[in-house]
Amino acid sequence: MSGWTTITGRAVALPQANIDTDQLIAARFMSAPRSEGYGRFLLHDAQQDQADHVLNRYKRADVLVTRRNFGSGSSREAAVYALVDFGIKAVFAPSFGDIFASNAVNNGLLPARLTEDEVETLIDQMGQKDAPATVDLNTGTAVIGGQQLSFDLDPAWQQKLVNGWDDIDLTAQHSDQITKFRTARFAAHPWALPAP
Amino acid sequence: MTTAQTLLAKLWAAHEIMQREDGTSLLWVDRHFVHEGSHHAFAKLDSRGKKVAFPELTFGVVDHYAPTRAGDVAPDIRRMIDTLGRNAKAHGVRLFDLRDPGQGIVHVIGPEQGLTLPGLLINCGDSHTSTHGAFGALAFGVGATEVAHILATQTIWQKRPKTMRITFDGVLGVGVSAKDMALHWIAKLGADGARGHAIEYAGPAVEALSMEGRLTLCNLSIEGGARLGLVAPDQVTFEYLKGRNFAPKGPAWDQAVEYWTQLKTDAGAAFDQEVSFDAADVSPTVTWGTSPEDALPITGHVPDPDQLGPAKQGQARAALDYMGLIAGMPLKDVAVDEVFIGSCTNGRIEDLRLAAKVLAGRKTKVPGLVSPGSARVKKQAEAEGLAQIFTEAGLEWADSGCSMCVGMNGDRVDAGKRCASSTNRNFKGRQGRGARTHLMSPAMVAAAAVSGHLADVRPLLEGRS
Ligand code: SF4
Repeated sequence: MSGWTTITGRAVALPQANIDTDQLIAARFMSAPRSEGYGRFLLHDAQQDQADHVLNRYKRADVLVTRRNFGSGSSREAAVYALVDFGIKAVFAPSFGDIFASNAVNNGLLPARLTEDEVETLIDQMGQKDAPATVDLNTGTAVIGGQQLSFDLDPAWQQKLVNGWDDIDLTAQHSDQITKFRTARFAAHPWALPAP
Repeated sequence: MTTAQTLLAKLWAAHEIMQREDGTSLLWVDRHFVHEGSHHAFAKLDSRGKKVAFPELTFGVVDHYAPTRAGDVAPDIRRMIDTLGRNAKAHGVRLFDLRDPGQGIVHVIGPEQGLTLPGLLINCGDSHTSTHGAFGALAFGVGATEVAHILATQTIWQKRPKTMRITFDGVLGVGVSAKDMALHWIAKLGADGARGHAIEYAGPAVEALSMEGRLTLCNLSIEGGARLGLVAPDQVTFEYLKGRNFAPKGPAWDQAVEYWTQLKTDAGAAFDQEVSFDAADVSPTVTWGTSPEDALPITGHVPDPDQLGPAKQGQARAALDYMGLIAGMPLKDVAVDEVFIGSCTNGRIEDLRLAAKVLAGRKTKVPGLVSPGSARVKKQAEAEGLAQIFTEAGLEWADSGCSMCVGMNGDRVDAGKRCASSTNRNFKGRQGRGARTHLMSPAMVAAAAVSGHLADVRPLLEGRS
């Protein structure tokens, strides 16, 4: 995964709370290999059921603005694949499902927190239209539809997104500590191993 | 003098290998469960030419796509099951496959096999991994990238969640169960009410729960947004585990119990948030909308969006529209088309016993499916005569798997159909495209089945002990 620091593109608003990962990608699509691309699965059923769905109007977007508890529910990382493959690079919302947010960062997708008020203002202003958006990870700021915003993001996640770090490589640097810990744990807590 | 610690703090300290400057901890993973959904993670591992670091600590299970009824298996479902089998074999991972007598839903068989123990850190690429916290284990769901990381390193990077204690004082009423307790607190605090937190469930009504009840309670932690749920281990926990397949034996057992006994929150330890409820206030509860927070006592009415705060109006309107409900109608008047009993929330033996208690000697007015949480639960239910009660009442008795909880194996609710379900998610499309799901306890599902509409189970339990 490669890192990034800025985005310049278009934002759309999805004025809904609690968009869970079952809605982002329905279970029936999840057996597809990633190489086939997951973008076409994004909010598939909602798009089919609602002719005026914003993703029917804009077949491309870089930034999504939405309401609280986005990505709640199932841990399916496929929900992030669907967003990323569709082209979304950042989601702005008052809150995110914990597992979703962590999956997002692992795939270079920014889960940026704004206040409820900021989100409501953006939703009111954007309506069903798209708006120009720029995002700067280094400063933690964004401009969406002309509005200046500073968003909330865990510093560890900011670093990971900017550098495109991969945890497996990071962890390899600590292999001595891991070995030491493991040896001590197995010795002190033999019951913690599955009984033969 | 050492400061008073929460159970979470103790478990965290016991697994922390190191902490980075930014506050992220590297934690040791004692048990890792993988199901068919792990294909992305294994593909990642393969692409890096890595092997599973500790295959003896990883256990595979076929559940999400497991066929629960006889007949042909669709090729894409077959492929998912075969892929898991291939990955498990290539990496030397013990697999509970379809023919294994230990097969079942991952969160049912972990405890059942004694793989889930107090004091362990347990991960699985599945949000309901919170279930295992019922034993006083640090258990949480992760995504595919993290699954690959755990496979490769047997560790995980995590920030310590904040702590929330939910206390249930008093005693639960007749016909009220752990499922109702969970829907009750989620309705009060919201589907993101515990976001970023580890919940410890405490109080007399929690202590009084069986292991099955505690598992149900912790299972639903994620539906209130929590990272994980915990119940301090006690005699109930130890008795459940003793003699289980993979549980420690002999001196290791004694040593374990001695250690597990200390796994509780010290008196005076501080939580970031404290919430308490009176168990006597918990009623048999059902959901009316498309989020688990849309839950009300069965004696209530479908809410009127106009009467709700501005923040909830839009969501409620969309939910009523999707659910095909009229504002203000009594919940008891909502007719159902079918029922489902099963899932990692309520597919254990005690759940089936409770449902059977309602169904015994009665006929259902609507069709339905019962899928036991594991092959062992199935066998036991058959031995106890429960299966016969289900089939005589008019329900279909199937094999174990995730089944209609998520519809991946083809067991689905058709579009526009309404299902009373013992599962955990009433999300749009969860049980099938356009499916309308009402969540409730297995006893309440049984009540709906014999009534043909959502119904209060309490009168149906009168005279049955
Ligand atoms: S039963 Fe449902 S919630 Fe539980 S693991 Fe299976 S799909 Fe997930």
